[in-house]
This record gives sequence, structure tokens and C-alpha cells, in this order.
Amino acid sequence: MRRQWTTTAGIVITALLTLFLLVPVLLSVYAGLTVNYARGISAGFTLDWVKQVWALYSDTVWRSLVVALMTLALTLLIGVPGAYALVRRGGRFARAVEEIVTLPVAVPGLALALAMILTYGGAGSFRQSTLFVVVGHVLFTLPFMMRSVIAVLDTIDWRTLDEGAASLGSPAWRRFLDVILPNVRPGIVAGSLTVLTLSIGEFNLTWMMHTPMTKTLPVGLADAYASMRLEIASAYTLVFLVMVIPLLIGVQLVAGLTEKRTAS
Amino acid sequence: MDSRRFDLLLILPLAIFTLAFLVLPLARLTLEAGSGPQGIAGFFVIVTEARFRNSLIVTLILSIITTVATLAVATVAAQTLANRRFFGRGLLLSMLTFPLAFPGVVVGFLIILFGGRLGLVGSVTKSLTGTNVVFAYSLFGLFLGYLYFSVPRVLLTILAAAEKLDPSLVEAARSLGASPLAIQRDVVLPALFPAMYTGGALCFATAMGAFGTAFTLATTVDVIPMLIYTEFTLATNASMAAAISIALGFITWAALAIARSRAMRDVSGA
Repeated sequence: MRRQWTTTAGIVITALLTLFLLVPVLLSVYAGLTVNYARGISAGFTLDWVKQVWALYSDTVWRSLVVALMTLALTLLIGVPGAYALVRRGGRFARAVEEIVTLPVAVPGLALALAMILTYGGAGSFRQSTLFVVVGHVLFTLPFMMRSVIAVLDTIDWRTLDEGAASLGSPAWRRFLDVILPNVRPGIVAGSLTVLTLSIGEFNLTWMMHTPMTKTLPVGLADAYASMRLEIASAYTLVFLVMVIPLLIGVQLVAGLTEKRTAS
Repeated sequence: MDSRRFDLLLILPLAIFTLAFLVLPLARLTLEAGSGPQGIAGFFVIVTEARFRNSLIVTLILSIITTVATLAVATVAAQTLANRRFFGRGLLLSMLTFPLAFPGVVVGFLIILFGGRLGLVGSVTKSLTGTNVVFAYSLFGLFLGYLYFSVPRVLLTILAAAEKLDPSLVEAARSLGASPLAIQRDVVLPALFPAMYTGGALCFATAMGAFGTAFTLATTVDVIPMLIYTEFTLATNASMAAAISIALGFITWAALAIARSRAMRDVSGA
């Protein structure tokens, strides 16, 4: 049967692809826990490398968490009201603003970082602070938060909700806080998880924008890859995976829930 | 009017942030690019100077090959996974999409574990034939790294389209005696085209701007983002780095804009 060879080929290619994506990650986990990677399994397993990574780089782990949370707070404060304003306004102006705000997705991080350094490189204390890195992360993650909120706003009848509340005499800011926000919660949750994940993994912008005092986890990883032995580099990668995989599972759970809700 | 003022208040944080940290810096970048020794001609240095032009060509070819390979693999995998229910499907999909969150540096390191000096492929070939095959630091290694971070995002886009494809169309074509390749050409691929444009453009733009993977692999070939980095930090030539950044940003933005308008036209035409 001719049908079968295409199906079989498809399954084989998908299986090879899965191996290609998965095996290096497993190798990295294994290398981070093995006593000596070159000698193989016979050398046994240890947590010493992870401990060494913690001693050397725990500051980057904490800083990445702080940066991610500050980035999230700012994207919520800027992005959620901004998304609602654009949907309310509509038309050509809103599209133009959205296009500009989405630029950091299209323009490589290196170019944005360069632009930021050229503009604010002279502003000493701002340039030296963690806030500088946070601003870079907000630039890059804001479009994802806004898109996520706009997508939900497009599926609900926000105008009727808003006008209904208005006819009952509720002022504009209360309608936004008490009526609109609870209704876009799925978009905010999905956007938040995406922002956290992207911020923790961001390298291109951060590598240019960081100072020795504001190293994040991926910057530390690049440092370890260049100068540390394979086991330490792997153990450090393992720490990164432990931080980021729960967030990814969260993203998928939320996506699954909203899919079910819209389907029913 | 109350609601007018409230609308203004809603958009104010976004407006301030975007003006201060996006519009102003990009304007500053443009000024910097035009303020080099060549003046306005500095904008075109990426095509006029041989070293930069070669780098641009290598980066373009690498990105195009990555895009074509990614689209091919992702289209096959998406069709295999769409509308097929089996045990562990959710887990498999999760594993296929996890690399989305890996920074470029991590992907580079994974390629080193795969094809580096102590890599998996090397140790297998060493025990079989006696030679340690090392490819991580070559252009091929770079390509594998790009493929690694491209496939998950393109796969997600095409999978969403493939699940919307009506299986009865394929069934009808098959019962009318169409060969598998004819079904692909006439039924499946036309339906997937909008997703393939969007996914392909995203893949191309990401590959053009990718920095971390090339940085970790420290390949001898200089892709454009590496060039920007070395030009700015080692040669401290800010105007040159700015000019190349703008050219690169324009290429990636244009690729995405073209694909988006194309995909929209296909959807409205269907």
C-alpha cells in the first residue's frame, strides 16, 4: 500500500527529530551529574558539580529571578492598560502603535541593546544598575504580554461589559479594574508565564547590556561555557532547566485550559 | 470628557516607555550610523565593504538553508502529529516545544555535547571507526544549532494549521486515486501555506539575528550579529556597528512584514 510508506516515513522523521531535540538535553543533565564525563558511567554520579555551580554562580540565579519579576511587574503595568487602550481606540492609529511596540520582536536584540547603550551609556547610575537590564527585558517581552491580552479582548464583548457597568454609574477606572481585568485574566496569566520564561532565558540583549555587577543566569552560562570544565557547564545548564521547565509546563497547562474553555 | 481622559491615562505608561526606550534609542542608533567617517554612505557599508558583504552573504545563505530545512522537517512532523491520538502525545509535544525557551548559548552548548570534542557523535564514531568526528565548531554545527532552535517554533505554527485541515479532503483525494505526492501538492500544502509563510519568515528573521549560538560555538565564520558585537566591543567602532545593526534590523523586519501581508492575502483570498 502506497499510503503506508509516507506514514512510516513521517513517523521515522518525527522520531529522529524528537531524538535530535531531546538527546543533547539528556546528555547535558547526565554530564552535570557524572563524576567524570570523559570516563563515562563507571566513574559514578555526584552532586558536587551542582554545589560548585551554586557556590560560583548563585548570585546570577537570584538576579535572574529578580530581573524576571521586575520585568513582569513592568509589563503588567505598561502592557495590560496599553493593550486595553489600543483595543478601545481601534483603527489605523492603534495598528501603528502596535506595529512600533512589536518592533523589538523583529529587530535583533543586539541592535536594540546597542541603541540603548548609545542613548543611556552616559547615564552612569542607570547604566550600572539592574534596572538597565530590566528595561531591556521589558522592551523585548512587552509585545508578548500585549498580544496575549489583546487576543483575549478580541474574543470577549468588552464593550457591552463596559457599557453595562457604566449604565450602573461605575466610573471608568472602576470598570477597568472590576469588570475588564477579571475578564482578561486568562490572557494576563498566559502572558505573564511567557514573560517570565523569556526573561529568564534572554541572552542577546543582556550580554551587551550587563555590567560585571548585573550578570544574569544566561550571561553566567556563556561565561561557564567559555571557561569552565564540561561538568560544571552542564551542571549550570541543569540549574537553568530546573528553573525554566516548570514555567514551560505552566504555559502549556494554561494554553490547554483556555483552549478547553473556548471550545466548550 | 471623562472617558477620553481615561483612555489617555491607560496608554500613558506605554507611550512614555516606548518613546524613551524604543523610539529615542532607535533614532540615536540611526544618527550614530550616519556619523561615521563615511557619513551617509556608512549605511551601505554592509554591501560596499568586502568583509561585511561576505559576512552578509554567509548569514543569508545559512538563514535560508535553515529556513528551508526547518520548514521541510516541521511540515512532515506536523502532519504526522496532527489528528493522531496516541499515548504520551501531550508529553511528546511538550518535549518538542521546550527548546523554545532555551537561550542561544544553551543551544550552542547542546551542539557541543552532540558534535564537539567530547561529543556523542565523536565518541560513537571513535569506537566504530577509530576517528573522532567533530563538527560542532564548523558551519555545519552552526546550521544544526539554528535548526535546533528553529524547529520548535515553526512546528507549533504549522501544527495549528494542520489540525484545522479537514481529514475528509485528504480521504476524498485518496479515494479518487491521487498519489501521496499529488495529495501533498494539491490538497495539504496549499492549506498549510499561510502558516508556512509566517513560520518561515519567523525562522528566517530569528536565524539572521541569532547571536548566542554563534557566540558559544565560536565558529571561524563571522555571522552578522557576531560582526556587530566584535565591531562594537573589540574595534570600538560604534558607528559601524550601528550601521550594520540597522541594515540587519531592516532585513529581519522586512522579512516578517512581507510574510505577514502575504499570509493575510492568502487567508482573505481563500
